[in-house]
Amino acid sequence: MNFQPQLSDKNKKSFLKALFSDRTPAPPGTGYWQWTVWAIAAIVLLPVLSVIWLSMFPEENIWPHLFDTVLPDYVKTTLLLMLGVGGLSALTGVSTAWVTTMYDFPGRRIFEWALLLPFAVPAYVIAYVYTDMLEYSGWLQGGLRELFGWQTARDYWFPEIRSLGGAVLMMGLVLYPYVFMMVRATFIEQSASLRDAARTLGCTQRQVFWRISLPTARPALAVGLALVLMEALNDFGTVDYFAVRTLTAGIYDVWMNMGNIGGAAQLASVMMLFILALIGMERFSRRRQKQFSRGDRFKAFNRQKLTGKKAFFSWLICFIPLLLGFIVPVLSLSRHAMVYFDVSWTPEFFSMSWNSFMLSASAAFGTVLLGLVLAYGKRLVNRKSVQRAVAVSGLGYAMPGAVLAVGVIIPLAAFDNSIDALFESWFGVSTGLLLSGTLFAVIFAYMVRFLAVSAGSIESSLEKVTPSMDMAARSMGYSTLETLLKVHVPIIKPGVLTAALVVFVDCMKELPATLVLRPFDFDTLATHVYQFASDELLEESALSALVIVLVGIIPVILLSRSIIASRNEKREASAE
Amino acid sequence: MTRLSTLKKVVAGMVLATGASVAFSANAAEINIYSDRQAFLLKPILDAFTKETGIKVKVVFAKKGIIQRLKSEGKNSPADLLLTSNVSNLNRAVDAGVTQAVNDSVINANVPAQYRDPDGHWFGLTTRARIIYASKDRIEPGSVTRYEDLAKPEFEGRVCTRKGDHTYNIALIGSMIAAHGEAEAKAWLEGVKNNLARKPQGNDRAQVKAVKEGVCDIAVGNSYYYGKMLNNEEQRAWAESVNLIYPNQDDRGTHVNISGMTMTKSAPHRDSAIKLMRFLTEDTAQRIYAEQNFEFPVKPGVTQNKLIEGWGQFKADQVSLAEVDKHRKRAAMMVNEVGYNQ
Repeated sequence: MNFQPQLSDKNKKSFLKALFSDRTPAPPGTGYWQWTVWAIAAIVLLPVLSVIWLSMFPEENIWPHLFDTVLPDYVKTTLLLMLGVGGLSALTGVSTAWVTTMYDFPGRRIFEWALLLPFAVPAYVIAYVYTDMLEYSGWLQGGLRELFGWQTARDYWFPEIRSLGGAVLMMGLVLYPYVFMMVRATFIEQSASLRDAARTLGCTQRQVFWRISLPTARPALAVGLALVLMEALNDFGTVDYFAVRTLTAGIYDVWMNMGNIGGAAQLASVMMLFILALIGMERFSRRRQKQFSRGDRFKAFNRQKLTGKKAFFSWLICFIPLLLGFIVPVLSLSRHAMVYFDVSWTPEFFSMSWNSFMLSASAAFGTVLLGLVLAYGKRLVNRKSVQRAVAVSGLGYAMPGAVLAVGVIIPLAAFDNSIDALFESWFGVSTGLLLSGTLFAVIFAYMVRFLAVSAGSIESSLEKVTPSMDMAARSMGYSTLETLLKVHVPIIKPGVLTAALVVFVDCMKELPATLVLRPFDFDTLATHVYQFASDELLEESALSALVIVLVGIIPVILLSRSIIASRNEKREASAE
Repeated sequence: MTRLSTLKKVVAGMVLATGASVAFSANAAEINIYSDRQAFLLKPILDAFTKETGIKVKVVFAKKGIIQRLKSEGKNSPADLLLTSNVSNLNRAVDAGVTQAVNDSVINANVPAQYRDPDGHWFGLTTRARIIYASKDRIEPGSVTRYEDLAKPEFEGRVCTRKGDHTYNIALIGSMIAAHGEAEAKAWLEGVKNNLARKPQGNDRAQVKAVKEGVCDIAVGNSYYYGKMLNNEEQRAWAESVNLIYPNQDDRGTHVNISGMTMTKSAPHRDSAIKLMRFLTEDTAQRIYAEQNFEFPVKPGVTQNKLIEGWGQFKADQVSLAEVDKHRKRAAMMVNEVGYNQ
């Protein structure tokens, strides 16, 4: 255990125990929840296990070559990227969540939902848009050259957008909403009486933030950051475009150029374990913390009204991410969309929009359903095996999309081919491929990939519901299922809706798995955009890119409305 | 909860649609293609085929994982043909055991022997040369004539290429290994790396753009991009800022690669697929490739694009592509060893 010098002997034991022991029996009456959780975990783990299986049969050992050459650089770049994107997202997400929750200033009501909008912009699109603007031939540098009479790139210095810093900025701008969303929900649901108590004890607002609000929001911040970091780690489009050499780029090099998919699967598996270790350590470090809030959590608190300089400063904190992450890319895409409107406005355009919408809506529904079952099962059955099953079921998110897609193909095709062989031998008919190459495969991949998002967000909402709710409901005769549907779901509706929203938008943007798994002649907006973007001709598909963003806005607005509405309902209820 | 129930309807619809798409998947008058070339590049040709034969053609386009999909689907795969933009992808499919040999006199007559697999597993459809684009203003004509010149010390800080591990560059490095052996090829690659004006980034077109912008003076790129740039209002100026150089005309010739096709092992519509394979090697399709994508038709004697014709005839490297592709892995490792992309 040399690699964990910070753990004391006692801690070491409990760390290992937490990992390997499972002596608690299942509580009575929860047996079928336990089995359901195991079954779901087993199915969604199949693709991940397939990748691990692939990693057992590499063409040859890639590690000596990688260690000697590019691996140190890949690892360094990857860590810097994670650090940068994580830092930027945490800073932006927490500060915007804090000011929109605690203060009242002009525009606050709009920022409450508008700050989610950058999330609808795919990272590869925003990267493209900013490169177009900031590179040598972009209008900005062109204008500067004209102004100062510079002739070539050698006459002056300008920050290079295609760089690690550029990638950090681009990803931070579109990923911070994960943190904003999760942390803000906690700030709102946090017991106001805690903060009130702190204030009466003489804390300033700033001290309340650092001593009370931020520590209590830590689980939510951790969930949000974990999602941000996994997205950053698995991104290929942006880092490829910016020529930033991360591990993901290395995985594709080993796979495509060295023709060694087993080696690529090894790299992907190691990367996944690394993420797992990170998440595990974070959870372990707060294993003794539990927070619940009583009925007063929806007590309306008075936002402090800001005026003058302070109001302007708060407004600026919210406006800058919105401007850079949403307004600028949308305006730029709109301009291109207008120029290429005639090429883009075709019948296919509508079918692509419909395809994207249908797939994303179905996957969001399924993913939220599974997330709900997992989170509730985990709550009901306090067994290590169930807790672990829930934890590993989110692993699909920790793998690059194209690698995961291969992991999806393998079990699905194996299933199809065994059914086919069975029917062939029994009835002499071939059933062909039942699931592979259908929309089922695509939706399944989405669910495997984004289950971590929905389960995480539902879990963190469910965690805050006090167990006395369950006890009351059960003692009054509700079954476990009834308790879930009639007690918990109404209470955690904002969390459930948030999960649905996030998964929907993520699916709208999803690319690598959709590309490989889709049926013949089937395009989504994202695959259409990619066809052109991969040739660096994004302008010609700007309309589709714009629609990905705009369709993503609809659920953002609808859901944030209903989240606010359900919150108000509760506030009124608790006020009565 | 009304929103949730709408979702339920949507899901039910999806399930039905999925079932229906499965039920109608076995239609005789159709061909299914897996392709790593963008569908919009293939569309005009496939439309022409459907118009002539009445056979429908359906496509899945993906760059990564398509061979794994074929392999996993096994004998039940619906795909008949695999179209790819590089000989190495064709060979990888053959290595994965998902292809079958085709011995058809029409196809064999149309595709010269050096552009098809000796065992008949794959056939080239078009060729493209990996050429040098040199600044009209800053590079003296005649000072760069060979790939080897890219490593000359006098060009330090003046060369732009896309990333070293892109398949196009991997193949070029493979051809250098074939011509000079590993040690010399590596020294050359190191030299090119030292001459780079910036960290490799962007596609081939972006390199020519960089020459126009003065970031560098010499770029490496595929030949058809020249035509594409001339045809694009915004990019014409980039193309006009450079001279085309077909390297190594006085010795082994310019490195060419192919886009090509292979029939899958499972091919459920074999007869129709052979019709399409023939069609792709015949004059109509070959001309569309040349006219719309500015690639060189593989069939001898097919009229070339007027723009392409203007570029003049050139001598292509006669080494077999199978030989070049043997060095693929070594080339990929070399890119890492010299730290080309860093």
